[in-house]
Amino acid sequence: MHFAFSDDQLAFRDAVRDFLVRECPPSVVRSAWNGEPSQLWPQLADMGVVGLTVPEAMGGLGMDDLDLVLIMEETGRAGLPEPLVETTAVVAPLLAAIGGTVAAEHLPGIADGSTIAVMTFGAEYAPWADRAGLVVRAAADTVELLSPDAYALVPQANVDAARPLFALDPRVLDGGPVLASGPAAAALAGAARDRGALAVAAQLCGLAARMLDITVEYVKERKQFGVPIGSYQAVKHHLANVELKLAYARPVVYRAAWSRHAGDPLASVHCSMAKVYASEAASVAVKACLQCHGAIAYTLEHDLHLFMKRVWALLPAYGDARWHQSRVATHVLG
Amino acid sequence: MMDLRWTPAEDQFRAEARAWLEANAPREPLPHGDTFEGFPVNRAWERRLFEAGWAVVSWPREYGGREASLWEWLIFEEEYYRIGLPQRVAQNGIFLLAPSIFEFGTQEQRDEILPRMAGVDDIWCQGWSEPNAGSDLAGIRSTGVRDDAAGGWRLHGQKTWTTRGAFATKLFGLFRTDPAADRHRGLSYLLVDLDQDGVDVRPVDKLDGDAGFAEVFFDGAFAPDSAVLGGVDRGWDVAMATTGSERGLTLRSPGRFMAAAARLVDLHHRIGAPTHDEQGARDAVVEAWMDAEAYQLNTLQTVTRLAQGATMGPESSVNKVFWSEMDIRLNEAALRLLGSRAPLVEGAPDAVDHGAWMSSFMFALAGPIYAGTNEIQRNVIAERVLGLPRK
Repeated sequence: MHFAFSDDQLAFRDAVRDFLVRECPPSVVRSAWNGEPSQLWPQLADMGVVGLTVPEAMGGLGMDDLDLVLIMEETGRAGLPEPLVETTAVVAPLLAAIGGTVAAEHLPGIADGSTIAVMTFGAEYAPWADRAGLVVRAAADTVELLSPDAYALVPQANVDAARPLFALDPRVLDGGPVLASGPAAAALAGAARDRGALAVAAQLCGLAARMLDITVEYVKERKQFGVPIGSYQAVKHHLANVELKLAYARPVVYRAAWSRHAGDPLASVHCSMAKVYASEAASVAVKACLQCHGAIAYTLEHDLHLFMKRVWALLPAYGDARWHQSRVATHVLG
Repeated sequence: MMDLRWTPAEDQFRAEARAWLEANAPREPLPHGDTFEGFPVNRAWERRLFEAGWAVVSWPREYGGREASLWEWLIFEEEYYRIGLPQRVAQNGIFLLAPSIFEFGTQEQRDEILPRMAGVDDIWCQGWSEPNAGSDLAGIRSTGVRDDAAGGWRLHGQKTWTTRGAFATKLFGLFRTDPAADRHRGLSYLLVDLDQDGVDVRPVDKLDGDAGFAEVFFDGAFAPDSAVLGGVDRGWDVAMATTGSERGLTLRSPGRFMAAAARLVDLHHRIGAPTHDEQGARDAVVEAWMDAEAYQLNTLQTVTRLAQGATMGPESSVNKVFWSEMDIRLNEAALRLLGSRAPLVEGAPDAVDHGAWMSSFMFALAGPIYAGTNEIQRNVIAERVLGLPRK
């Protein structure tokens, strides 16, 4: 039994954190709100982040969820406005699992940063689909690759403009090459959803931690009645509650990453628990951090809303907490 | 590299512990240890544990342990609660005082105190709270007055809310030995024999009806110099180490809550949920079950750090808030399943599990109060984990 990350995993995490602190300040997230992508994708590809899950033979690092989870947490902390969950956590491992010519055709482009890939599940919205060179769709009984001329995107303006959402226009939608069907398709789509839920859970932990950091700094500085508001017990308890939620969400998320890495038969249940706990931590963080700021954070000028709104955007992604909890309930109670 | 599997050696340890417990644990559930009838029965069982070397698995062999790792201690706790055994009447000694004895005690103190503690020859209680010193523990007024002729300290004052005080033979407590010093200085951590003149123990019935509490009055009782733990006037530091153990790892191991969650799931299987509350009660049950898993996972991270040489810091307060509030939610989930039978207690014909859930609910409500209220713990988290200003 050993529940800690390796020195290499921590060093990679630190490198990504340093990079994002430098290159992805809130101003970059704000630019994405205005429709200007961050320009960070090529650099993330150069660092190996984008191709982290692509097999080495195809230009990637050949790693898995256990190496990815801390990186995802950092991208959450930064509010990175890029489709890393979709491309690296969800689609690349799916293509690698299918293998053959499909993998050989698309994975090198994913690893080198030239192809962004996203996946939709049924009628769920696809983030960043406008920038995707590759759209994978899980339909009722198949997993298909949509041909570029077989779909049209309907933009769905959403609360987090740095993470644009799209629907596939049902009038235009046409099947593409079928990658898998029947039970094989269900297995591929299920694993993809698990990976997406896990990656988003990690991002939600990072978002909660970032909002907590911002708020701790604020309440240490802001004075009312002649003292820092962070000296008041009511404020302390709000923020202690965020720390508590995070302290119990993180190990649940890391355990899910381990279970996927180790092929644990309960990996899906563990991914569901990760989404439930991370959603709770992030939701508590949003409310506590806004409240501890007061009106200053109820503005677009303050940075907090960038992270709050990412939380709201991610809560339903790859299954919301209720969906995931019901899956755990089925495991526990039948 | 991360590896969340038990090693073959740890599996072997589990198998050995399970086999012994299954062969030796009492067939009938033990009566509650905080009652006058139940205490001696529990003590006899814990003596048996000691004689077989399972009382204090992580301790050195010379004191009755088997030098088990922290991992193996966690495993033993899982097995102990899994088979349905209750919390230990020896717990305030073996889980709270003992770590401080190992850290601060003299060789003579270790040799004299630890084997008798493990063997339940002595039952230890904690003498900290006083009528005017609760959350503000440094407000302690009980005194130890120097008696040079006798070579020790004469004790005066009152301790209260002393858990298991009615059954204890010894008390570890804080006494003011230098009245001129600052609040946090001038306190000494004394190991006091309760069976002597000048000590009056008066039981106080607890909310749940058990006789677990006591007030302890001192009027000239004696503690020799050899009974000072960690140095005269240095008691605050020793006490803070004890609170770390109380809030942190040892008092409430994950196995206890995993077993409680398993019983809750079993209750759901047996009686279902009230028809008007099926989804809500189902949610409450699964949330309690998940919390027990989350608590275990958090503990596994902590033990990994401790095994690498780290020490438990203010995160023990995080731990304490989580387990105490989880315990309440877990019991509330059970009461929700029981519906109209929830208030029934031992003796009622329709009581489920002899009314045990209402009992454990009431016991759980003490969790956010003892070992430092959760309000104080949240202050500690804010100040010492997050770095918010004290004032």
